[in-house]
Amino acid sequence: MKLSTEAAPHFRTTNTTRKIMIDVLISLIPVVIASTWIFGFRALFIMLFSMVFAETLDFSIVRFVRKQKDHIPDFSASVTGLLLGMNLSLAVNWWQIMLGVVVAIILAKQVFGGLGQNFFNPALVGRAFMVISFPTAMTTWYVPFYYQNPDIVTSASPLGIISEEGMNAVLQNYTYWDMFIGRIPGSIGEVSALALIIGFIYLVIKGRIKLMIPVSYIGTVLIFSSVFYMVDPTKFGTPLFHLLAGGLILGALFMATDMVTSPMTKIGQLVFGMGAGILTMIIRFFGSYPEGVSFSILIMNAFVPLIDDWLKPKIYGKTKGEIKHA
Amino acid sequence: MPILTFKGGVHPPEKKHFTKDKPFEKLPLPDFVYLFTTNHLGAPAKPLVKEGDQVKTGQLVAEASGTISANIHSSVTGEVVGIESFINASTGRKNNAIVIKRTSEDIWEYIEHDENFKNFSKEEIINIVKKAGIVGLGGAMFPSHVKLSIPPGKKVDYLIINGAECEPYITVDDMMMRTYTEEIIKGIKIIEYIVNPEKIYVGIEENKPEAIKIMKNALKNENIEVAILKTKYPQGAEKQLIKAVTKREVPSGGLPIDAGTLVFNVSTTYAIYDAVINGKPLVERGITLSGGVKKPGNYWFRIGTKVSDLLNQVEIVEEEKIDRIIYGGPMMGIPLPNIDLPTFKGNNAITVLTKEEIPQKHEYPCIRCASCVKACPMGLQPYYLKKLADARKNDIAQENGIMDCIECGACSYICPSNIELVKTFKTTKKVIKAIQKRRV
Repeated sequence: MKLSTEAAPHFRTTNTTRKIMIDVLISLIPVVIASTWIFGFRALFIMLFSMVFAETLDFSIVRFVRKQKDHIPDFSASVTGLLLGMNLSLAVNWWQIMLGVVVAIILAKQVFGGLGQNFFNPALVGRAFMVISFPTAMTTWYVPFYYQNPDIVTSASPLGIISEEGMNAVLQNYTYWDMFIGRIPGSIGEVSALALIIGFIYLVIKGRIKLMIPVSYIGTVLIFSSVFYMVDPTKFGTPLFHLLAGGLILGALFMATDMVTSPMTKIGQLVFGMGAGILTMIIRFFGSYPEGVSFSILIMNAFVPLIDDWLKPKIYGKTKGEIKHA
Repeated sequence: MPILTFKGGVHPPEKKHFTKDKPFEKLPLPDFVYLFTTNHLGAPAKPLVKEGDQVKTGQLVAEASGTISANIHSSVTGEVVGIESFINASTGRKNNAIVIKRTSEDIWEYIEHDENFKNFSKEEIINIVKKAGIVGLGGAMFPSHVKLSIPPGKKVDYLIINGAECEPYITVDDMMMRTYTEEIIKGIKIIEYIVNPEKIYVGIEENKPEAIKIMKNALKNENIEVAILKTKYPQGAEKQLIKAVTKREVPSGGLPIDAGTLVFNVSTTYAIYDAVINGKPLVERGITLSGGVKKPGNYWFRIGTKVSDLLNQVEIVEEEKIDRIIYGGPMMGIPLPNIDLPTFKGNNAITVLTKEEIPQKHEYPCIRCASCVKACPMGLQPYYLKKLADARKNDIAQENGIMDCIECGACSYICPSNIELVKTFKTTKKVIKAIQKRRV
């Protein structure tokens, strides 16, 4: 009888990294549907094109540059590509998307050693590159359902309006309900809070998410904006506005929670979310960009190794003083 | 009392339904037994018999050598045919075993015993436990007399009897508690008499409602409490059990007694009873034979029976369906290179794992999902230790607690990227220990 002598544990979870990535893709389906409904098939094209190109590029590099013959696609690049697409404006064209994807997959991920090795969220690096390289296209916001009414095509986003004209001007144009379901100008995937939350609930049920990050991120934004709301309600806007306008929900639920680029312990995740929340609000209130979600997350990504080192879990049987930090 | 537990852990499939209601069955006496001289943690025992000697069941055949070592007794009545060496699957090295051919039914040789154990002094009982060659039967095989000898200056606040049995498939301790309730309680009282604890608990996982009920009923008028534990692996690991029941932690590098606690497995407790009250040295015990076998169940067997002889009794499934056969359960069990090997005192189960239970999984890079950090019952960061171990940064790995790893395998079990975490830690720990030895 031929017996395997592989080491224990002999049982392994049926969960795989590939399944995690597929679940993230599934969780983004409501957003894809909502965005297509709001912005038309051009939005669908941008998201799918970005996703397919990212996966193809990533697979080609692993298979032909790294020469890993037994490589089975893990779909992490599809997640990156889809999320990048969701972070874009409808005004970008195909070669701009391709450049963004190349930066995301090659510069932000494969150069560091591929899956799991990168410090910065690849999709956000790609987006940051595009914001700097194509500032006009990336900040041209199409109005919802522009395809039904070709007279007015572009407009300022709610965050753009508040920084120029204050809270009252926002409420003249949009209700909170508009912002919740996504009838506002903005990046393709960020506008519908409802669709994002549905996807998020799916991830929570499946246990596929570092839950502490969105809780602390959004919590910090709400607290921070409440304080400023009390100082000057017309200038700074309501906490609910800051929750629903812009990319906070997309960023907090799907970008900051990227497993590779976020801290490993609960307390580390709490600090990470708080840092991102504070930075987001500082940029929104005092920065020259109306929106600060993606830069905040990128900045906090840089702190992850430090956070992981300082906020280690307590080892059983050791006192706090016995735990060493680098 | 609320349901108790520790921080971390995983939930592997339990698979206990095959055997959980199977009463003990005595297996027929084997024709040969092979008694490892390393049937315990510590130095090998020194053989006292030579080829051709006639031995009785329970007769001392090898004597403890050194402080941490244990006596070995013949588990059948027969003739010594020599000493043969076998692979010890847990170390991979060859160890000597005394081979005894059974020539008749049992003719017992007992050690001194007394129905009323209080006629003995504490020291006398410890000596009986030592003579009987009792070791921890949960699997660690630490000599029990050493555990019972409380070092001066130390005090036992809590005595915990371990009936958690968190490994999948294994049901022997469950069945022990249900079958030998009175005997185990008497065993607890013997231990109580020696170590004089403030409080005694019997820790049982929730998934053994029968055992909990029977124990609770039997302990109604006793000063012993049943602690109901959450069904979670590794709830039965000594340190996690102590944490769950007493909220105390065994100091890093220390023993349970350093936290004022003492833990005995239910089967060990029974063995202590059997030695002190009936004068029987440790030559037989209960075992769960399960998995890919046609007659899964809980059995009594003689220590030193070959695994192949045990499996013949329960008929294993078709060869081509079998992937591996292990001593113990699927989380920490040691794979057997072949079944022509002897059993140990610490064998609480032999599990035949079929191919369908062991999915062929692809290894992906670590995506920092933090599952291993959440699962580690010791508060370690397995993903980080793995990185350090792979880079041979053993000093930093030590600073980050690699030596505190209890090797439960929860991290490897939960890893979605199928990374061999605990396997790496075992190797690195061995290397670190070897280097430390050389430095001394």
